[in-house]
Amino acid sequence: MKTKVLAIDDSRTIRNLLAATLEEAGFEYHCAVDGREGVDMYPEVAPDVVITDINMPNLDGFGVIEELRGEGINSKVPILVLTTESAADMKARARNAGATGWITKPFDDASLIFALKRVTGAAA
Amino acid sequence: MSGSIQDTFFEECEELLEATDEGLTAIEGGNHDPEVVNAVFRAVHSIKGGAGAFGLDELVAFAHRFETVFDEVRANRLELEPKLIQLLLRSSDHLCDLVATARDGGETDEAHHNMLIAALDEYIPEEEEDLTFEPMGLGAPGGFAPAAIDIPAAPTEETYRIRFHPMKEMYGTGNEPFFLFQALKELGELEIKLDDTELPGFDAIDVAESYLAWDLVLTSTEPRDKIEAVFEFVEGLCELSIEGDGDAEADAAALEALNAAFGVAPSAEDGDAAPAPFDQPAPAPAADAGPAPAVDASADKAPAPKADTAKAEQRGGPKPTLRVELERVDRLINAVGELIINHSMLAQQIANLDVADMRDVETELEGFKNLARDIQEGVMSIRAQPVKPLFQRMARIVREASSATGKTCKLVTEGENTEVDKTVIERLSDPLTHILRNAVDHGIEKPEDRESAGKGKVGEIKLTASHRSGSVCIEIKDDGAGVNRPRVKQIAIDKGLIPENAELTDSEIDNLLFLPGFSTAKEVSNLSGRGVGMDVVKNAVTGLGGRINISSAPGKGSTFTIILPLTLAVMDGMVVSVADQTMVVPITSIVETMRGSDDMINNLGADGTLLSIRGNFVPVCDVAGALGLEKQDDQPPGVYLLVETETGQRSALAVDDIHDQRQVVIKSLDGVCGEIAGVAAATILGDGKIAMILDPESIIAASPSAAAFDTERRMNNAVAS
Repeated sequence: MKTKVLAIDDSRTIRNLLAATLEEAGFEYHCAVDGREGVDMYPEVAPDVVITDINMPNLDGFGVIEELRGEGINSKVPILVLTTESAADMKARARNAGATGWITKPFDDASLIFALKRVTGAAA
Repeated sequence: MSGSIQDTFFEECEELLEATDEGLTAIEGGNHDPEVVNAVFRAVHSIKGGAGAFGLDELVAFAHRFETVFDEVRANRLELEPKLIQLLLRSSDHLCDLVATARDGGETDEAHHNMLIAALDEYIPEEEEDLTFEPMGLGAPGGFAPAAIDIPAAPTEETYRIRFHPMKEMYGTGNEPFFLFQALKELGELEIKLDDTELPGFDAIDVAESYLAWDLVLTSTEPRDKIEAVFEFVEGLCELSIEGDGDAEADAAALEALNAAFGVAPSAEDGDAAPAPFDQPAPAPAADAGPAPAVDASADKAPAPKADTAKAEQRGGPKPTLRVELERVDRLINAVGELIINHSMLAQQIANLDVADMRDVETELEGFKNLARDIQEGVMSIRAQPVKPLFQRMARIVREASSATGKTCKLVTEGENTEVDKTVIERLSDPLTHILRNAVDHGIEKPEDRESAGKGKVGEIKLTASHRSGSVCIEIKDDGAGVNRPRVKQIAIDKGLIPENAELTDSEIDNLLFLPGFSTAKEVSNLSGRGVGMDVVKNAVTGLGGRINISSAPGKGSTFTIILPLTLAVMDGMVVSVADQTMVVPITSIVETMRGSDDMINNLGADGTLLSIRGNFVPVCDVAGALGLEKQDDQPPGVYLLVETETGQRSALAVDDIHDQRQVVIKSLDGVCGEIAGVAAATILGDGKIAMILDPESIIAASPSAAAFDTERRMNNAVAS
């Protein structure tokens, strides 16, 4: 069965890049345009892994992680944060909210797949 | 990288740049709401993110500086004072240029670029100034301070002994040891040995605690950093040691670098790691404290995004949209055009049938017509876009023109949500730019002159869009000096554009500005262009089927009014016959129609005739004559169409008869035949025949009556004065 990815990013460019890479690599790709939509879509999509941007309108990435990990949804799936900041502070903050790992933008195909592999074991 | 993804990026950039501009304009107007600041930050951030993916380094570097300054504003460490706002506006303009350069090629002004960078850098605190944007792929994680790790170039096989003991915090982040081992396995031979010695008796197990550890032996040719990269996400969440064959020194260095990068070592400030942006103290050195200090520090800041979130939730989201290729819409528009023509043909053929009672058919046909019109309006509205982005670009034009001329002006816009056909918006950009530059250059006075005239120092240019009875009206109004009529007239005489003794009304003098080659600037300025006058503006507007008009009050300012058709594809026309030919006159230009009678006609000179309407005389323009058509019989024209030109002058177009008033589909004559004086385009009528769509303006211009009437009136004026 294909590994299901839910990508949440307000940038159409990034969504397209993710879609192109992930679909080619054999993942099942779903996307949401902001944090609110991402959280709303989560139960229906039931992804194996979530990739989320940080800076977004209508609920930012930290909010997404908090809601997914929070009592309402209580998700245990890996959550990867997309960030342009490689600052330790940003990673610590994401991790503290419950993120599993991070992908630094700009990303290349190999690093994206490698990140997914480490959190899902998917050999896609 | 796929071209279409890059196209999407540039499309998205346009939207993001608009959002940036909109936000900055709001900020300039005094709205310093955190959500506005956030929106600008996000937009610039997204441009940076996308640009990074396509290796657009110059754009990334500039966006990053821009964003960093905005981050300072966001964190309330910088105040939005006028000087900074101006810098941000100019940076936004420059960002636009950089995007355009990245998309279309060419070069940006390097001096300007460097000047802006230097200016932005002044607002960036020193510890933030390490602005080298790390293209950090996970293969070489930036967090690891790679310089400290000596990687042997040749792939020699090495055995690594790895001790991995997760802390309980690791399990809360969704990291699974099993997946990490799987990733390790891909690097070489892996032996996994579970160490469960810490596991207490069954009764004493705390489910939240982490008791398990693993001893791994990996034989791999991969460099050490590849192995460390596997554990990147669990750094600080586990006890990890990786020992290669010997080389304990390298291990220690790598570990130190690793710790430094993750902010747990005392040397955090000296390390290569990016500094903590929130001015928080460096986490206390504590070798076994794991992520705890970082946790506390970020917990303090946690309420901020929550507040944003709550606010964002209260707002209604934008309406859902669908992105469609323009070509598909245009195909649909063409089809609708054909549908309308098809309806006309059908109606005509049914009318030609010799059937006694056709009421039912006619009712259905009427329904068909209404539906076709609904579809047409619906499709047109897909092509319609708000003028807002266009107006936003104009704010930049005014800014640039102001700083180039040393004047202070602001642009006030109104009716930004007025929707206009996409093509019209695109082709309106140049004329508007020209008019606005002219307004700043020639209209608005220098600040000292304004003060002595009792006006505020800052000139105001108002750009308004509105719908007006089936047309779009764009108005550009400045509060400058108005047209200097004596000078304009003198220039026109000097240039031989009008005779020396010409008697012109104020409005006629103002309209001299639209004559080809007219330039009132004492010196040709770079700004308003060289040799390119308002005539180009007028051509562009008439090319869109529109009209432009100027009105001016000395000392108070000038107003340019542009009237444009709502759509370029379909219009309401009056079907008339002229010398046995069927033609269409645009309804928008017709003021009224009347049946002619002999007693209404007065001869004027050799060629001219005047029509007397309720005591007023208007020149009669014989359409057949103007078009060079020969009449078959000598019947006098039966109907007069009273039309009004841009300058407010009325003329009566003489035609033989009126047949119908209906929607016609405009078919361009471009490429079919050259420009024909008096003919704007063509259409296909219900009987399948082609009919010319007339351009009343140019017909009147070619008519001898109008010219004769002008002379007459001027003579009268001369006598009167």
